[in-house]
This record gives sequence, C-alpha cells and structure tokens, in this order.
Amino acid sequence: MSDQNSHDHDDLVPSTFEDEPIANPGLPAHTWRPTDVDPKAEKRAERQVAAMFGLSMVCAVLFLVSYFVFSVGDEWDTVGGLGASNVALGVFLGGALLFIGIGVIQWARKLMGDHEIVEYRHPAKSSEEDREATLAALSAGLEESGIGRRPLVRNSLLGAVGILGLPAIVMLRDLGPLPGDKLEHTLWRKGMRIVRDVVGTPIKVSDLEIGDLVNAEPEILFATDSEGEPVLEGVEVQIAKSKCAVIVHRMEPDDIVSEQTLNWSVDGIVAYSKICTHVGCPISLNERTTHHLLCPCHQSTFDLTDSGKVIFGPAGHALPQLPIAVDDEGYLIAQSDFTEPVGPSYWERDPQ
Amino acid sequence: MRLLNRSAGRLSRHRRGPLAGLVVLLLGLLMTGTLYAVFAPAQAQQAESDADQVAKGRELFLVGCAFCHGQNGEGVKTQNGNQIGPSLVGVGAAAVDFQVGTGRMPMAQPGAQVPRKQPVYSDEEVAQLAAYVASLGPGPSIPTADDYSIEGLSDAEREEAITRGGQIFLTNCTACHNFEGSGGAMPRGGYAPKIRGVEPKYIYEAMLTGPQAMDNFSNGNLSPEEKRDVIAYLGSLEEAPGYGGFGLGGLGPVSEGLFAWLVGLGSLVGFAVWIAAHTTRSQKKKVEA
Repeated sequence: MSDQNSHDHDDLVPSTFEDEPIANPGLPAHTWRPTDVDPKAEKRAERQVAAMFGLSMVCAVLFLVSYFVFSVGDEWDTVGGLGASNVALGVFLGGALLFIGIGVIQWARKLMGDHEIVEYRHPAKSSEEDREATLAALSAGLEESGIGRRPLVRNSLLGAVGILGLPAIVMLRDLGPLPGDKLEHTLWRKGMRIVRDVVGTPIKVSDLEIGDLVNAEPEILFATDSEGEPVLEGVEVQIAKSKCAVIVHRMEPDDIVSEQTLNWSVDGIVAYSKICTHVGCPISLNERTTHHLLCPCHQSTFDLTDSGKVIFGPAGHALPQLPIAVDDEGYLIAQSDFTEPVGPSYWERDPQ
Repeated sequence: MRLLNRSAGRLSRHRRGPLAGLVVLLLGLLMTGTLYAVFAPAQAQQAESDADQVAKGRELFLVGCAFCHGQNGEGVKTQNGNQIGPSLVGVGAAAVDFQVGTGRMPMAQPGAQVPRKQPVYSDEEVAQLAAYVASLGPGPSIPTADDYSIEGLSDAEREEAITRGGQIFLTNCTACHNFEGSGGAMPRGGYAPKIRGVEPKYIYEAMLTGPQAMDNFSNGNLSPEEKRDVIAYLGSLEEAPGYGGFGLGGLGPVSEGLFAWLVGLGSLVGFAVWIAAHTTRSQKKKVEA
C-alpha cells in the first residue's frame, strides 16, 4: 500500500481493525487514470466530451432541418423501405440524445474524481434528549386540549369522523347496477334466424357443404323497423354482437358423438357460441378434419362433435351449443336461447 | 454486275473466317423457321379433347397419386380407420389445381402440415390431373380470372369491394391467418400458411375447397362476389404503404415486443457492460502539485 493512499483512507477508516483476529487488509491501492496523471490526456478528454456535446447540437439542428425539409405522406419508402422523414427524424433525435449521454459518460469516466470512498452508517435513533423533549411536548399538548377531560367534544368528534365514511361507502353503488340475470341470456330466441356476420343474409341448409364454417349472428342485429331504422344501435349492437356471436359448422352427421349435439344439430350442422369460456376471446380456429375448435389466446380446445367439451387448455366450461332447427323456408333458426351463460365464468354462474 | 461481283468478292474474303460457320448456321435456322411458319398449317396443335385429358390424367394419377388416394381416387384407410389419403370423389378440379399447382401434392412426407413447395407437375399435367379427378364426381371447377379480379369495376365499386372484403376477412379468416394474412400456429404442429403474395386463383380455390384442415367457404357460405372482395382486400394490403417502418413479419405484438426487448434493450445492456468493462489505468503516480 502506497503512502499516498494509506494516508487517504486512514482519515475515513476507524483504527479499530488492528484488534481483529485477521488483520483487515483495507482497500486496495488506488490506481490512476491517464487523464489524472497526464495533462495532455486530460485536455484531450475534455475536448472529446465537448465534441460529443457539439455533435448533439448538430443532430438537434439537423432534426429541425429535416422536420421542415422532408415531406410526410406518399414518399414512405425512400431510404431502404422507410420514409425519409421517419428515418431522419429518428436518427437525428436519437443522435442528439445519445451524444449527450456518451459525453456525460466520458466526462464521468475520464475527468470526474473516481476515488473509492468509505462512508459508515450512523445510528438511526434520535438522541435521548430529543426523544424526551418530544414526549414532553406531546403530553403538554394533550393536557392543554383537554381531550381526556371533555368527553362530549371527544365523542362528537369521533362520531363526525365515523359518519364521514358513509358517503364514501354509499358512492360505491355507482359501480352498479348489478347485472342481474343479464349474463345468463342473449338475444337468441326460439325461431330467430341465423344470419351471416357482416352481410346479414340468412343461411339455407342446402347452402352449406360438409366442412363449411360460417361466422354468424342473430337476425335481429341486422333487422330494421317499419321506418327503415335499425332496431339495435350503437353500444347495444356491440354488446349483442359480443354475446350472440356463433359459429355454424357442417360435418358428417356420423361424426357427431354426443346425444345432445345430435339433437341440437340439423343434418350435421352445429352452432356453438363463438366466445371462449376461459376469458372470452372470439374463437373460430376450426380444424375441419378433427372438428376441434382452438382459442388463439390460451390454446383452449373444444370438441365440436361432443357438446363443445374442453379437450385441452385452461377453459373451465364446455363451449355452449345453440340448439338449431330449420324453418318452413329452409333457413336455419334457433330452437331457443343458449341454455347456459355464454362467455367466461363468474362467481354466481353455478350456484351451489 | 461489276458491283455484284465486287461485293461477292468482299463477302468471299470472310468465308474462312472464324465466325463464318456460325453465321451460316444461324441463317439456315432462321430460314427453316420462317419457311415452316409460312407453310405449316395454322392449327397444327388441336386442343386435346376432354376424353384425352382425362385419360392422360388417369395415367399420371395411377403413377403419382394412387398409392395414397387409391386407384380410383376412393381414398385409402389405415387399419384403425384413419386416412392415408382421403377420397377425391367430388373434390373437383379446383382442389387438384390448388393442391398440385402449389406443389403441396404430391406430399414429400406425411406430417402435421403440407407445405407449399416447387410444383412437381407442369401446368399441362396439372390440367390433365384436374380433368381426371373432376370426372370422378361433381365438384368445384377451376375459377377463371373473371371470378377473382376487380379489373372491370369502377373506382367506387372497387373501394366498396375492398371495404366489404376487409370486414369479411377480419370475421372469417383472421382467426387463423392473422389480421395481415401472415399466417399463424394451429394445434399439433400445424400452421395456417401466410396468404399474402399468394396468387388470387389459389386463394379463391382454397376458400372454395378447404385444403387440409381448413374449413370450406363454399359458394353457399361466402358468395363468389364475397370471395372476390376478400381477394381484393388482400391485394390492397400489398399496396398499402408501410408508414410504420419495418413490418417485422406483421405478426402483431409478439414479434414487436421480442424485437424491442431482445434487440433494443439487449444492445443497450450490452453497451452499458462494454462501457463498464473498458477503463484504462495508468502505471504512473499522480504528482501532487
């Protein structure tokens, strides 16, 4: 250990360690950087830091220039498939920030002092005098306010503060109203036609071939009243769509496994809710070869031949099947609403 | 006459030149070709009759397809009831044109996915195979350009077609093929292929016939106009400018997040480590002033 350094550290490290069984070796000797010992190197580092800051300024100015020079819009693939404006703005703003950062790092590493410093913790506890003085002030205050001697004041204050909690609790009511039985029902009704999503045309049994998959909705979503106005509008449509969406799939009738699926199908055509029973993603990734319906979010897989049974993944309930039939004109209709709530589970779904 | 003699003499000087043989050969070929084109009957190659096509297709089928699909395209089942190759009765010419034309059939090996590859058969052979399979039972025929092109429409109609096609695409196709048609994963090692950049005819045929595990979108399911609109929408995606810079495969938040975390943050961490690892120290001692 050099004299120079042992001198530096002796000020900071208490001299108790001589008593320890193994002598504390102390901190290793400090080694100097070229910029500490060579004035030329120091000057050079100084210029480097300044140059970085200067480059940052240049970048900032170029950013402003390119903001006004390059047009945004049709010329979106000038530089390697990217817009000239995008590239210039990104590069120059990035450069302006980066060069400040590099300059600061260079400054800190080459020029700022880098001595190792030891700093010992001091006790967190206040001094005895301070503690006693504080306690005395507190009891003097209690004595003077007379809170112990005046129970009427004390109790009415407690009452006032207590009642103040009630408005906060009552306002929680605004989170409601409770959904009631809304979650258990959708707009599907006995006899309502199943129509194609987007275009709203009804589906004939003869339209569908084996292997067809139709994303469908109830007819009421596309229905208009006597004045030609839609029956459902705005947010009602969105809610109805998110609850009523079904997929209609035609398979070989012999492929159907469960009795219920067979009873609720028409010539091998089955309809299931499109909303995954796990967390409610819309699902229509069907494999026509296996009739397995996969949810893209968490890979829950449902068997469309067997009442929508979950055969893989985190879903807790089978996919609800919509009982379907055919009306007099040959179009697919619902036999009834879904017989169970569609979508993800909730506390009150299966009352014990 | 003198002029003629002189020029003949000039030409004759080159008769033993190194390129003379080549020039004579080319002239000869050119003359033969021209004479053939002039005198040959205009309709030398009559279009093959349908029966011929079917017969030729059957020969190709027996060699290349019958092992899995059966000698009459009836399909071959394994002992436990699975299919080695499904029955081709009623799949139609469109299915053959898609499967063989994109090289998916004949399969290189059985597996979870039948990837697109270099076609094995020439266009003519594909047409013969398609004619043979179409003769097995009624099925969808190969669509023509009129079915999937929006060339004949006015600008307003095109815009309408693309908008409706987009809605139909997002409702029916996005689940498997991704919102940009970049494809996605399916159960047990399969995947829905990327459909951007695929020829409109093959997209139309895929919707019509439902290749492999894909569902059908028969004409009763999506009308021919709706199919055309979907293809128009996919075409419009090709032309859509990429204002956002790199598409990163258009796979959504996964690839973008992966890029930001691995490449973006990774390079920053690497830079920080590099800075901390490089410090020059001097052997000299500081001279106190």
